[in-house]
Amino acid sequence: MDMLFPQIVAGLSNGSILLLAALGLSLTFGQMGVINNAHGEFMMAGAYTAYVMSTLIGNKTVALIVALVVGFAVSGLLGLLLDVALLERMRMRPLDTLLVTFGVSLVLQQLARDIFGATPVYASAPEALTNPVTVFGYSFSAGRLFIFILSIVCVAALYAVLKLTPLGRQIRATSENRDLAEVSGISTRTVDHVTFFLGSGIAGIAGVALSLLNSISFNFGTTFIVQAFLVVVAGGVGQLKGAVIASFVLGLCQSAIELPTSASIGQVAVFLIVVVFLQFRPQGLVSIRSRNLA
Amino acid sequence: MATLSKARVIALLCAAAAVLSTSGCGWGRTVAEKDALDANSTTATSAKSSCVDTSGDTIKIGFVNSLSGTMAISEQTVSDSLHMAVDEINANGGVLGKQLKVVQQDGKSEPAVFAEKAKTLIEKECVAAVFGGWTSSSRKAMLPVFEADNALLFYPLQYEGMESSPNIFYSGAAPNQQIVPALDYLKEKGYKKLFLVGSDYVFPQTANRVVKAYAAGNGMEVVGEEYTPMGSTDFTTIVNKLKFSGADAVVNTLNGDSNVAFFKEYKASGLKADTVPVISMSIAEEEVSAIGVDNVKGQLTAWNYYQTLDSAENKKFVKDFKAKYGENRPTSDPMESAYTSVYLWKGMVEKAKSFDVDKVKAAADGVTFDAPEGKVTVDGENHHIYKTSYIGEIGDDKLIHTVWQSDGPIKPDPYLKTYDWAKSLSASSESNE
Repeated sequence: MDMLFPQIVAGLSNGSILLLAALGLSLTFGQMGVINNAHGEFMMAGAYTAYVMSTLIGNKTVALIVALVVGFAVSGLLGLLLDVALLERMRMRPLDTLLVTFGVSLVLQQLARDIFGATPVYASAPEALTNPVTVFGYSFSAGRLFIFILSIVCVAALYAVLKLTPLGRQIRATSENRDLAEVSGISTRTVDHVTFFLGSGIAGIAGVALSLLNSISFNFGTTFIVQAFLVVVAGGVGQLKGAVIASFVLGLCQSAIELPTSASIGQVAVFLIVVVFLQFRPQGLVSIRSRNLA
Repeated sequence: MATLSKARVIALLCAAAAVLSTSGCGWGRTVAEKDALDANSTTATSAKSSCVDTSGDTIKIGFVNSLSGTMAISEQTVSDSLHMAVDEINANGGVLGKQLKVVQQDGKSEPAVFAEKAKTLIEKECVAAVFGGWTSSSRKAMLPVFEADNALLFYPLQYEGMESSPNIFYSGAAPNQQIVPALDYLKEKGYKKLFLVGSDYVFPQTANRVVKAYAAGNGMEVVGEEYTPMGSTDFTTIVNKLKFSGADAVVNTLNGDSNVAFFKEYKASGLKADTVPVISMSIAEEEVSAIGVDNVKGQLTAWNYYQTLDSAENKKFVKDFKAKYGENRPTSDPMESAYTSVYLWKGMVEKAKSFDVDKVKAAADGVTFDAPEGKVTVDGENHHIYKTSYIGEIGDDKLIHTVWQSDGPIKPDPYLKTYDWAKSLSASSESNE
């Protein structure tokens, strides 16, 4: 049927949204083992940044670009603060981080309610991104196209940082074998802070981008957090490649299942697929052979 | 994972709150009340005698609205307009010479809490009538409380119908005062292929059963029916289905945030209000700002009140509301309906010359009020009210402008018994009773 092509595009678009939401987590959860429940609230901080910028700056295109930069910084700094103030004291105690970050997420949600009110707001997007673009006679959302490109750019940038820079080497070394990294002269403390800053900052970028599709309220992040964890777990903890594959596979699966059934069933099916998949491959899609005993 | 754990924690907190509030609520009756009960028991007519104190120069009434939780955004506005009605009535001499004293309770967006607070209001606070509730689940939770205690609830929201409790007055629209006029309008304009999109809960599903029955009996076709989980924000697939369904109009019963994502996706996919209009049942003035007027301008809504209605009563209502609560606060259908319900209760009490529930109910039929929405009249038989229906178009000014209105107030028909095409619906719902 004619719907096939737009539906594939929809699936890719959903995948790119999942990827943006999960990318930061794959750093903080994957590399550092922190179960960060406040990740969604860092996205919310990014989304509210987009809102503030769109009210401060008249030119919406400039506002969006500024918001991407400022959103990265705001959420990154929030993450850094969380890491320095709390998480540093509970390294390698993932269950404790789960509870502590849950508390932090509630605090941040209440803070957002107090600052911006309980009524949802929206960031007015650049005109070009709210209109359709036509490809092969089909019209698609320009906003979604932008998010797709942004997610690819983010993955490429993160990949480059991890693979090509000394910092990236230190991050990978720390996540693979913390003790060995430490005796090799790497300050794992600093590396952890930087990793958490990066991961949270990417959540901020995701928040700015997703504010194009959605209204912004204090529970903005809760919509995405579960699926983001799903992607990271299914992709293989700590694996960028895995997260990329998992998000697009899940995005496409959801669109494919939703087409003949309904949105509710589509969502449930994605969970089922991941649950069943993890029974057979608990380590996720991509796993790393490591001599790390942890 | 994350939301699961959150849900669990929230459930625990709610349970704790419920336990705490039960222990303090209305179980210990006073000696005087017990005597009154004993005295009554020989000639007992209703389930329980009321403890309403009519001896002083004030009389208590109760409000139960969610002032916290997810529904607080909406229900706060209803609480505000209820308070405004009471202040007006008190300034003009009260009801039967008595000043009204409001006891406000927080329903906390939880049906169980609504039931608990209603019980507190009736049995402990001894109020003469209760006003409030928003979601159908909150009303369904309170219904048995009001029937068991033979007390009065005034429920302000338009809803899915198929209900008529002797202890509830429904001041919002029955389906034949909102959904049916919306469909009449689409039919009149020549739309034949309808696409239904709604949130996955009781109101949209019941409303769409009415839409489907109407379409079948009026030469229209339902070419798609889609529900999304509450709070869902992914509409790519649904909009794809909509585009390829050949629909010429959309009937929208989505609520809350989902509307934002839906209308953004609708616009971004190239659909337009002048080719495939969307008629919405849950978007009022308040929601237009939250969704973003750019996303919904030119789209249609079906209600019984708009801020822009041109009548002396409405101009006064809007002016007073803004003076009391702020210039940037819009007025909307549920708020107006709640405001009107207080005046209707006043009218019933004055006609009955008593605050007694049975006498008030007996006097209800034919009580009228010149409301901001136009003249409304209580139907004593089914406890709904005659209301005028308005189809509106959302304008650039974030307000909704009437494009069509019914010929005068429509008689309420919660079970749609008077419509031939709805025969199967009313039959099936009655067998459920």
